[in-house]
Amino acid sequence: MTTSNRTKMIKRGAIWGFIVLELVFFSVAGRFLSLSETRFMDLDNMLLLLKQSAPIGIIALGMTVIMINGNIDLSVGAIFALSAIVMLDSQTWPIFSGLSEFTVIPFAWGLALITGMVLGAINGLIVWKTGVDAFIVTLGAMLGYRGLVFMYNGEQPTFQLNWTLVDMTESSFLGLEFPAIVFIVLTFLVWLMMTRTVHGRNAYAVGDNRDAAVNAGIRVGPHMLWNFVLIGFLTAFSSIVFYSASGSVNPNDGELYELWAITAVVLGGTKLVGGSGSVINTFGGVLAIQLLRKGLGHIGADTETVNLVIGLILIAVLFLDRQLNIKGKGELRT
Amino acid sequence: MADERLNAIGKLIARQGILVAFVIFMIGFALLNDRFITVDNVLGVVRSSAILGVMALGVTFVVISGNLDLSVGSMMSFSTIVVLDLHDKIGPELAIPAMFLMTMALGAIIGVLVGYFKLNSLIVTLGMLSAIHGLTLTYSGGKNMDIADKEGTWFSVIGQGSLLGVPVPIIIFLGLACLLSVLLAKTPFGRKVYAVGGNGVAATFSGIRRPRIVLMTYLISSFCVAMAGLLQASRSMGSQNTVGQGLELEVLAAIILGGASLLGGSGTVFKTVIGVLILGFIQNGLLLVGLEFYVQYVVTWLIIILAVWLDIAAKRGRLLSPIA
Repeated sequence: MTTSNRTKMIKRGAIWGFIVLELVFFSVAGRFLSLSETRFMDLDNMLLLLKQSAPIGIIALGMTVIMINGNIDLSVGAIFALSAIVMLDSQTWPIFSGLSEFTVIPFAWGLALITGMVLGAINGLIVWKTGVDAFIVTLGAMLGYRGLVFMYNGEQPTFQLNWTLVDMTESSFLGLEFPAIVFIVLTFLVWLMMTRTVHGRNAYAVGDNRDAAVNAGIRVGPHMLWNFVLIGFLTAFSSIVFYSASGSVNPNDGELYELWAITAVVLGGTKLVGGSGSVINTFGGVLAIQLLRKGLGHIGADTETVNLVIGLILIAVLFLDRQLNIKGKGELRT
Repeated sequence: MADERLNAIGKLIARQGILVAFVIFMIGFALLNDRFITVDNVLGVVRSSAILGVMALGVTFVVISGNLDLSVGSMMSFSTIVVLDLHDKIGPELAIPAMFLMTMALGAIIGVLVGYFKLNSLIVTLGMLSAIHGLTLTYSGGKNMDIADKEGTWFSVIGQGSLLGVPVPIIIFLGLACLLSVLLAKTPFGRKVYAVGGNGVAATFSGIRRPRIVLMTYLISSFCVAMAGLLQASRSMGSQNTVGQGLELEVLAAIILGGASLLGGSGTVFKTVIGVLILGFIQNGLLLVGLEFYVQYVVTWLIIILAVWLDIAAKRGRLLSPIA
């Protein structure tokens, strides 16, 4: 009993321990190796870190819910790009021509969010109605939605600079910039949903044992559909936060985001098979990746090594997790 | 009784459906455009599908054994960059075997992690995707690779030459397909691959050394990736670091289209070849009827989902999922 409790604690705290380790390592190593005068653990630096991790982080929140459900979503990168195009392009549509730079914002954002939710709903409906595995459905959608992105504006980038929007998204509150605030608030809300609502409890139940969930009267199909709508919504939100400031989107934007988001979720300890995982730990996973990126840059390592290190850490995490699981259960599985 | 007959028909569709769809599809495009079925066009399509195809052949083994390989795209970038770099340093005769060894060493690492340490293949290969990408960038210093003297080497023959009018990439692709098809369908090793993918625990209890089989599938996969990298390098005689990016998912799309189950235990080399050709001919056919290249993505999406859906529907005997 005590061993399994300890194992649980180690696993729950692992990602935060890793973050502390990163902070200590990069601070110390930075003294000797860094070319810049600023310290790594600078407050501004840490606040910037939160802002930079927001785009992937917000997507990773949705991915956590999807993966706790025992599904996966590979199409988020394309949804990210398509919502951005809708948000930027809709501001130039003739029906909104009477609106000012300020009043067009809710419409543009609303349309982008609806785009994300519709794309998510399409995935969810296919998973529900056809019974095809989410991996295949969203793998196909990754191609299909990317095709839609290209069909919208060819290979041209889409521009629309709205200065009111830029000012708004670059404003800050208590030192936190807009993307960081959105990231924190959304993390809190998704955490509330997963720990305090029936829907959250059902998400764990469905991921743990789908048949049992069906027998317990959970409507598994609509439940999964809502989670796909949720990840579409969050991906579009992430897209809004990022592109409101930059004002330009390339048709290739968002490629590989699905893999980064999944990496962050797995680092946070969520299982691919579903049934367990935590939104707060995903938050930690996202921070850990961004810290690594910044830290390696800080000590003067090539940016290329970031991918190498993250890949190796991902495998190491999996390895450690397996060791802990074996000890916790006291059995070896073939 | 009627149920059994329905099942039999369902099974027949499930088994041969993709081939039927392929034929209908080819006839449709041939009617739309008279340049579609010409020797030049068909050879052109098969040739440009060869790189994706060679990779898909290897990953088929991995998928049948019940695992996934997401690292093949970045591994292909790695082998392309390595062989181009070594070509100028030690000559093509040594560069090619050296590159094969290095690529297969990466495959062996994945095989050991998935086979012997029993780690989840999706995450291991996701991690390796990132790690190998980093390795490639570090190796090349972030620069593109080019062969300095493009005229004074025979290296381009592999990707650009032809034998008796048939381009060499096609010969390599189809030759390798025949070889691997025999390996998978006619040898004890092939049967073990199916056994491991069909039911790993049962395979272990019947004396099959599962870790070794899994390791072998990843070695085959990385061998094929090295071959694809060689074709790519020789075709373009120079390359970016990210040449294989995204190919891992296209490879999986081709395999799924061919009708293999991601759960393992089913699929054949022949079906994968059909899947690869369907992807190639969709792309080509849509271009010939005058559509933009990106329309193929949307069409591929619809075809993948339809193919898998019909496959599943035939197996369960009803169109919609019974999940409430």
